[in-house]
Amino acid sequence: MSAVAKGVEERERVIVRFAGDSGDGMQLVGGRFTDATAALGNDLATLPNFPAEIRAPAGTLAGVSSFQIHFAARDIVTPGDTPNVLIAMNPAALKANIGELDRGATIIANEDAFTKRNLQKAGYEENPLEDGSLDGFVVRRIPMNTLSQRAVEGMEDVSARDALRAKNLFALGLVSWLYDRPTGVTEGWIEKRFASKKAVLEANLAAFRAGWAFGETTELIDVQIRVPAAHDMEAGTYRTVNGTTATSLGLVAASVRSGLQLVFASYPITPASEMLHELARHRAAGVRTIQAEDEIAAAGMALGAAFGGALGVTATSGPGMDLKAETIGLAVMLELPMVIVDVQRAGPSTGMPTKTEQSDLLMALYGRHGESPLPIVCACTPAQCFDAAIEAVRIAVRYRTPVILLSDLFLANSSEPWRIPDVESLPTIDPAFAASNGHEPFEAYARNADGARPWAVPGTPGLEHRIGGIEKSQPSGGISYEPANHQLMTDQRRERIAGIEVAPLLVDADPQAELLVLGWGSSWGTLRAAVRRLRDGGHPIAHAHFRNLNPLPANTGEVLAGFKRVLVAEMNDGQLVRVLRAEYARDIESYAITQGRPLLAAEMERELLCRL
Amino acid sequence: MSAVATNGSRELTKADFQSPAETRWCPGCGDYAILAAVQAFLPELGIPPERTVFVSGIGCAGRFSYYMNTYGMHGIHGRAPAIATGLAAARPDLAVWIVSGDGDALSIGGNHLIHALRRDVPVKILLFNNRIYGLTKGQASPTSELGKVTKSTPFGSTDAPFNPISLALGAGATFVARTLDTDKQHLPAMLRAAAAHPGAALIEIYQNCPVFNDGAFDALSEKQTRAANVIALEHGAPIRFGAEGELGVVRGAGGDLEVAAVATVGEDALMRHDAHREDPSLAFALSRLTELQGGATPIGIFRAAPQAAATASLAGDLREAQASFGVEGLTKLLHAADTWSVGA
Repeated sequence: MSAVAKGVEERERVIVRFAGDSGDGMQLVGGRFTDATAALGNDLATLPNFPAEIRAPAGTLAGVSSFQIHFAARDIVTPGDTPNVLIAMNPAALKANIGELDRGATIIANEDAFTKRNLQKAGYEENPLEDGSLDGFVVRRIPMNTLSQRAVEGMEDVSARDALRAKNLFALGLVSWLYDRPTGVTEGWIEKRFASKKAVLEANLAAFRAGWAFGETTELIDVQIRVPAAHDMEAGTYRTVNGTTATSLGLVAASVRSGLQLVFASYPITPASEMLHELARHRAAGVRTIQAEDEIAAAGMALGAAFGGALGVTATSGPGMDLKAETIGLAVMLELPMVIVDVQRAGPSTGMPTKTEQSDLLMALYGRHGESPLPIVCACTPAQCFDAAIEAVRIAVRYRTPVILLSDLFLANSSEPWRIPDVESLPTIDPAFAASNGHEPFEAYARNADGARPWAVPGTPGLEHRIGGIEKSQPSGGISYEPANHQLMTDQRRERIAGIEVAPLLVDADPQAELLVLGWGSSWGTLRAAVRRLRDGGHPIAHAHFRNLNPLPANTGEVLAGFKRVLVAEMNDGQLVRVLRAEYARDIESYAITQGRPLLAAEMERELLCRL
Repeated sequence: MSAVATNGSRELTKADFQSPAETRWCPGCGDYAILAAVQAFLPELGIPPERTVFVSGIGCAGRFSYYMNTYGMHGIHGRAPAIATGLAAARPDLAVWIVSGDGDALSIGGNHLIHALRRDVPVKILLFNNRIYGLTKGQASPTSELGKVTKSTPFGSTDAPFNPISLALGAGATFVARTLDTDKQHLPAMLRAAAAHPGAALIEIYQNCPVFNDGAFDALSEKQTRAANVIALEHGAPIRFGAEGELGVVRGAGGDLEVAAVATVGEDALMRHDAHREDPSLAFALSRLTELQGGATPIGIFRAAPQAAATASLAGDLREAQASFGVEGLTKLLHAADTWSVGA
């Protein structure tokens, strides 16, 4: 083929979705495209979406896995609502995703996969590439299987199977050309990843290059799109990070800044297991990971480590939280620092393990027997999980309390650029272990100005003491069934948590705004994007987002009072809104969805518009 | 309090391990004897109270930690092995003891017990077995014998009991022993052996509950019946018992263990007890003797496998790594990815 003269078009932002069968390597391709995009200096946000089944029947709707990336020449805050381009590796991928495309969007279809059998499996009676049902979309039919196989012709070691399996890299090559991504990052990765499997390495490299060359030469695609580097990012050194990695690194950072060894115990559960995988790699940082026999044990191990003077952390998702409740209650009673990371997923019960939700807030607040208050911190973006983890540890250590850190599946899996902080600028956390004064008997439940009791660790002579789940007498720490003492301890536990110093609620408000939209956790990006859109349309509005859910920032009541209408948007059946109504006794509106997906900017724009 | 010896190390005494808390078990409870034995034994280890931790679960035995003048945690029902595992993982410098009962360890906490044994966590587990739920006032426990009439089993228990020794051996425990609450020589000997064992050590302590299951172990503790019913296991010695040593344990024709009259089989046929065997099968067979033959019960160390604690999953102390990682290590770690720079 001879080179074709191509036009170049510049865009400010683009949303691309790779979709294929679970076995097609869509998450891998998405990850590679993300790295190349990061290297180019775009701002970006990603949304992986995959089934719970490891290998659902090939070619079926249940087996479709996708990866969406939104990248831009300016600061962006969400992975985007509707893709501009869908790469569909088979009919099922097309069918599962077509409903989310706007007309005019581009579909790049792997024509070879649209066989009679695959069409049947996806539930198509006619081939959508041919029956006119895609009129209104820009459809590019590309025989990726054939071209991937042709790319390795003449390579002796490469089997036809290896060549066929490399078709995802062909797609990546093509899309990389389409958006003019740097190739070095991807090629370097392929060479490193498959260094020990020469045939696979060659097949993947050949397919990637063939995809790129195809884009360059094909007459099917006449325009290359450029999205320049983001111009409004803060100066610094960046890397991409997802919420899992950011949370894990935040815990390691908290370990360094507190001088406490991190003991992380957890039981495999989607999506929290990824934290165990990440932290298990960091023995060099003194991180002790334990894969516990169950969720209860994981919580118990973290608490036992905390008793020993370590930074005890456990992580889980939905059902695991149910099981840890009793141990968290014990930690409340023992008044020991401990962090419980809840990577929320759609419930109840098993629910939808690979879909996101924010429905554990009320459980985090109230899901234990007895009066057992504890602090709750949430993360708002993937990168911000780093700060949220440090904040959780800060509160846990200073106030001697278990802290629940609420993340969610979307945050855990989504990536964005992260400006790597200067370690010296991170807060220091003082464990302030108790020391013996040599003469007075140790009082395990004496309280300081924060209402916190001493953290006296084994090995310290003179501070030997016994603690447990039975009510303690203040200040001695002995067992007590005294009515007045129980009242006092209940009050103390409540007041200590209520008195935790947290940052004030920041409000991003237009001067004439009458409507305040409130959110918490991972909806930050969506709400911010929706608010931007309204402002672009000339509508005044205000947005505030909670990072601390217990205690709520001290100025919350004041913020609420400043607006005529308040709307809480959340991915649950209306949980924060209930808390705010109860706490502040005012009328607050609710927009709450449970669809296993993040809120979309366009839907929030609509919701807000109709309330203005 | 103890005097400080001239060489700087303290001379420890029983009083160092006695907490001021008032003990609140029922009069005549076997727990008193065990508490006294443990408090009297610990000084000989030379480990001071501040480096000793007792972690207990829920039940009468769970109160044990309050009575020790060491660090202690009275946890939640069944979870002491999990809590102790976390503690031992963080602090390999401590001597960690677990006190549990038959309901706590074998029913609600069964999973944690077997996994602590499987991991060979360096903890010493004292399993007080009274074959009844005491603190909840007399229900059948997972070690209550078939047919046992209790408040929760008015027509007799229909659930087969666990044999804690068999269970522990099945879980891969490297040290397993059985003793009696009132045996003033044997109990400390078992504590001593367990303390010397580098990995997880489980001691089943037959413990009398005078209120809900009184006399459950009289056949083993009373002078008149003791000789006929206790098979004392001693490493390296032939396994024989009876008032005159007239009975012994031999391998039957099918390879099983059997009790036989020494006069019939001859002394040379008696099995010599080898607690150090790598293979736990014979120890397991010994643990089944009571069940199978309805009579005498082995007491002593079933298994004390010489094993490398270094291979245990929690081996090694990572605190030094933590301390030396520091700002430099963290900075490197945060940058250990593809990075790019923006702006000046």
